[in-house]
Amino acid sequence: MRYNEKELRALSQQPAEMAAELSMRGPKKGSVAKRRLVKLVVNFLFYFRTDEAEPLGALLLERCRVSQEEPGGFSISEWLPPSPPSRPGCFLPGHKNLFDGPRAAQGFIEDPERKYYFECCTQEQCQEWMEALRRASYEYMRCSLIFYRNEIQKMTGKDPLEQFGISEEARFQLSSLPRDRRAACVGTQLDELD
Amino acid sequence: MTRCSGVGTGPGTMKLNERSLAFYATCDAPVDHAGFLHKKGGRHTASHRRWFVLRGNMLFYFEGPGSREPLGVIVLEGCTVELVEAAEEFAFAVRFTGAHARCYALAAESQAALEGWVKALSRASFHYLRLVVRELEQQLAAMRGTGGDGEVTVPPRRPKENGCCSAVWSAEPPAAGPRCPPLPPRRRRASTPDRPPDSAPFAQLHEWYGQEVRALRGQWLGGQTQP
Repeated sequence: MRYNEKELRALSQQPAEMAAELSMRGPKKGSVAKRRLVKLVVNFLFYFRTDEAEPLGALLLERCRVSQEEPGGFSISEWLPPSPPSRPGCFLPGHKNLFDGPRAAQGFIEDPERKYYFECCTQEQCQEWMEALRRASYEYMRCSLIFYRNEIQKMTGKDPLEQFGISEEARFQLSSLPRDRRAACVGTQLDELD
Repeated sequence: MTRCSGVGTGPGTMKLNERSLAFYATCDAPVDHAGFLHKKGGRHTASHRRWFVLRGNMLFYFEGPGSREPLGVIVLEGCTVELVEAAEEFAFAVRFTGAHARCYALAAESQAALEGWVKALSRASFHYLRLVVRELEQQLAAMRGTGGDGEVTVPPRRPKENGCCSAVWSAEPPAAGPRCPPLPPRRRRASTPDRPPDSAPFAQLHEWYGQEVRALRGQWLGGQTQP
């Protein structure tokens, strides 16, 4: 797949939401943990050799799963879509099945071959990163917007997006969310999302 | 890790988790915008008609609507969208800044399609969405009488004093909508020699944070044994 690498590199040089030197291990079998400068910018996680200005690589943070990994780290992994036909809770031999969260209910499974591991210095740092990564997706932001919009509308009877002239945009409507997210966004606490 | 071939030249192509990208492109959540556009390959090459799908801050293009994998993606962060004078009707461009910056020459198939795409693409950035979310959160906090300082998706952090390699800061892009006020940057971390001026223009703030990253890198390097 082609992509605009130059612009992505430029993005990696921008001010980050979070940056730290962490120990990082790739998904390949037998891969060794290495010190990397890890930088969170919008919905990408860039990683650099600690003495280089140009990034080694980037991870897109959409539709990924961030999990705690004992003792003091976390992992980022991709969700694999269910291969048709899918039944909730179907078991694929050799793969780890996760019976939690709305995606698992739809038959999504975590791909162990696409899991990146990070070691933190402290438990506190680990929690900070996990929180930040959980929220570092366009999809999460969209949910937040719809949630706040709904809350404000309930309180005031007015649509707060009207002042920006964007109330009609399709991307900010409830229907823009996948079905499994709609109830969470307008019914309950935002924290209950995933 | 899967290698994804970038368009740029130079030493070592950057790795990108291509499968994540492809999955995000083709998953069955509603898309933000989709349709045929004509994309010019280069200055003197012909246009190709491709199926474009906008999702979040990423513009994917496929051979056609039924394609399983995208041909490519344009990450839209930091771009501007403008109408252009061109031989083709309904032409517009997605332009990036910087030296030798890329410019994507595109053309829609009708006036309505052109307007729809320009509108959709110019507000597609993550930065913009985050601005709006922060604004709404502030409004809600004010209404609830908590008088929150606009703390948004990032939970409050205490400065880290343990000398361990962590820096946290945020910066705001200039206001994007008709009413969005520029928000001051918020930072929490240990040992900074000085603070950025709160009301500095964005370019200055950007440069200040860039210096900070370099300073941090210097600190980290200082703590490592040289090869």
